[in-house]
Amino acid sequence: MMQSWIILGATSSMARAFGRAVAERGDAVFFAGRDMDDLKRSATDSAVRGARVAEPVFFDARKPESFSAIYDRVSAEEGIINVAVFVGSMPPQDAIDAEPSLIDGTVTDSFTGPARFLQGLASLMEERGSGTVIGVGSVAGDRGRIGNYVYGAAKAGFHTYLSGLRNRLNRSGGHVVTVKPGFVDTAMTWGIEGMFLVAPPEKVARDLLRAVDKKKNVIYTPFFWRYIMLIIRSIPEGIFKKLSV
Amino acid sequence: MLWKTTEYAGWGRVHTATGQVARPERVSNLVAALKETPAPAIGMCRSYGDASLNDGGAAIDMTRLDRIIGFDPDSGTLEVEGGCQIGELARLFAPRGWLPAVMPGTGFATVAGCIANDVHGKNHHGNGSFGQHVISLVLMTPSGKKVIGPKKSAKLFQATVGGLGQTGIIVSVKLQMLPCKGDVMMVTERRAESYEDFLTLLDNSTATYSVGWIDATAKGNNLGRGILEEAETGSGLMPAQKKPKSVPFNAPAFALSKPIVKAFNAAYYRRVPESGRTSVKPINDFFFPLDAIHDWNKLYGKRGFHQFQCVVPIEKAAALREMLELIARSGLASPLAVLKRMGAGRAGNMSFPMEGYTLAVDFPNRPQAEILISRLEEMTQLAGGRLYLAKDSLATGARIKSMYPEHAAWVDEVEKADPEGQFATDLIRRLDLRTTL
Ligand SMILES: Cc1cc2nc3c(=O)[nH]c(=O)nc-3n(C[C@H](O)[C@H](O)[C@H](O)COP(=O)(O)OP(=O)(O)OC[C@H]3O[C@@H](n4cnc5c(N)ncnc54)[C@H](O)[C@@H]3O)c2cc1C
Ligand SMILES: NC(=O)c1ccc[n+]([C@@H]2O[C@H](COP(=O)([O-])OP(=O)(O)OC[C@H]3O[C@@H](n4cnc5c(N)ncnc54)[C@H](OP(=O)(O)O)[C@@H]3O)[C@@H](O)[C@H]2O)c1
Repeated sequence: MMQSWIILGATSSMARAFGRAVAERGDAVFFAGRDMDDLKRSATDSAVRGARVAEPVFFDARKPESFSAIYDRVSAEEGIINVAVFVGSMPPQDAIDAEPSLIDGTVTDSFTGPARFLQGLASLMEERGSGTVIGVGSVAGDRGRIGNYVYGAAKAGFHTYLSGLRNRLNRSGGHVVTVKPGFVDTAMTWGIEGMFLVAPPEKVARDLLRAVDKKKNVIYTPFFWRYIMLIIRSIPEGIFKKLSV
Repeated sequence: MLWKTTEYAGWGRVHTATGQVARPERVSNLVAALKETPAPAIGMCRSYGDASLNDGGAAIDMTRLDRIIGFDPDSGTLEVEGGCQIGELARLFAPRGWLPAVMPGTGFATVAGCIANDVHGKNHHGNGSFGQHVISLVLMTPSGKKVIGPKKSAKLFQATVGGLGQTGIIVSVKLQMLPCKGDVMMVTERRAESYEDFLTLLDNSTATYSVGWIDATAKGNNLGRGILEEAETGSGLMPAQKKPKSVPFNAPAFALSKPIVKAFNAAYYRRVPESGRTSVKPINDFFFPLDAIHDWNKLYGKRGFHQFQCVVPIEKAAALREMLELIARSGLASPLAVLKRMGAGRAGNMSFPMEGYTLAVDFPNRPQAEILISRLEEMTQLAGGRLYLAKDSLATGARIKSMYPEHAAWVDEVEKADPEGQFATDLIRRLDLRTTL
């Protein structure tokens, strides 16, 4: 069956690595985002690597009017439609403390924007029968902490949304993979202090592909974050509230 | 966040640097970084010494700008971003009948890094240096970008190829690849019993690709013995590639001590039967044998190591023999020692190649090794040869300048391209390379 992938937030290095991997399988890849010059380069790269189709498409999580052109473009492709969501933004928590209105943008980029996009696409996916949604959340969504709880809250909302969407698409043969990365070596984390066990984006991309093939529901990447987060989640709130992690 | 303060090292891990590093993931980030803090570009830091270091200053890590931005399957011309890695190109294009025309001994080197050192491969005798296959490149400085090539802005191009990043940042490159039969190599290995035998084999070789491993611990009648590998590209089925392994920690000092290296080398030599042998190998095994072990440089322990690489003119082969004697007597060499025939091909003012024989030997970082290397450098100079800046971390400026006759022309062009010295690196300062004094 022919496969198409819409990649939201395709300028992310994680997204680029994933796009390459599916391109080398011969799938169609739509690089969706705001920086069209950059997306065009990634599309050419994927075309040379073997993608059946590789095109940049404009997508802004904060501009829902940009969504329908993407729906139209992919519905013209035959076969299975898949989406991988890498969109997200993480302004420093102190910037949000100083300017609370930044919350709106953070939540739109990391949760409601992509959710609204997926909501609009769900019926098309149902029509086609199968297809996978990869939603990149974050370990930050597993527990709110002083360092980035607005971003964490947006990711937690996204996780919950994805679990509901999984429930829905399952009825028509579709699937949703929730991905919770730990620290990944991308533009978002470059220069941030306190990073450890930082994974290369290519490693995350490999984990994603495997999760799709094996129809995993929720994965941590790299895998050991599952255990780190198990510990973090198990700390009683009475103690956790005093920590500065 | 554009800049990160970090420590990084040359491949030999003798030299390290600490400073602000930006790692643009798109061209607009690069423009912004250059505007904020003009700084030299670095690639995968596979240069052994300090060519890719800027201690106390800033650097721009180009490894994330690694996309293919154009390919013509009919002509084999390829356009890539500067951070694209050679091994990745070989992996993608060999099955389609094309190979990067020149590939250094590691597939991790970036295309721009290969230009900045005008690298040579195992086919240098026939196909020349990396820069000779560059059709054009996009060079960026704080004042803007330019497209240059062997004809367009020829002088600036010659200063850029082999130019150690001093003329600006190489953003993207158009390359001419070479046709190949497929993604495997037909490799013939033969023993060379002595130095003289080795030279005869090298001189008479008609193979497209050839490289000699040399037992730098062998003395007396065995001096200069080794194995010559000759290869052509081929096609057909191959067993699946082994997964790369990595070295998780610094090895203890005895790992590469004299008796161990001697024993290893003797066994390595005898591995190939006296009558030679021919086999089919995956492309990586032949071109990038060391890449199978990630971070193998940690085998030399915390103190790191040096690589000495020189080239001497054909008629000075005797000088190279003397060097080998000295090396064998010192008992300091590691198993990594390479002897190759080099052609005359070079594309830049500061390119390393000259027609002759090139010898590369690794030494653990010890005071005795430094003394030995400095003696070898002197012998190279006397023989009218050259030292390779991609490997160097010990030479003096005067010696290097005497070996590169076009140095003054290079300085001229570099001063025009970067009048404020914003792209200078540790190597440039150590050798005072941007003055003619
Ligand atoms: C195992 C091994 C085998 C090797 N075998 C060979 C061989 O057979 N032949 C050979 O010739 N060399 C060989 N080398 C050396 C290697 O090919 C060169 O050092 C090459 O330049 C490394 O590329 P890099 O991307 O790591 O560049 P770096 O080492 O990071 O940088 C090298 C130089 O390039 C400049 N530079 C990097 N990127 C840019 C850019 N975008 N724009 C402008 N300047 C830039 C830097 O400023 C620096 O001066 C070998 C090295 C290793 C580790
Ligand atoms: N890096 C980590 O350690 C880590 C850990 C856990 C989870 N994550 C998540 O992984 C995903 C990828 O992040 P990354 O680390 O690769 O960082 P990144 O480079 O900052 O990627 C974020 C992506 O989101 C896009 N984006 C942001 N706001 C947008 C909007 N309004 N409309 C359209 N696109 C928008 C960005 O596009 P532009 O280029 O247009 O800005 C970019 O492509 C994110 O969801 C992030 O939260 C990362």
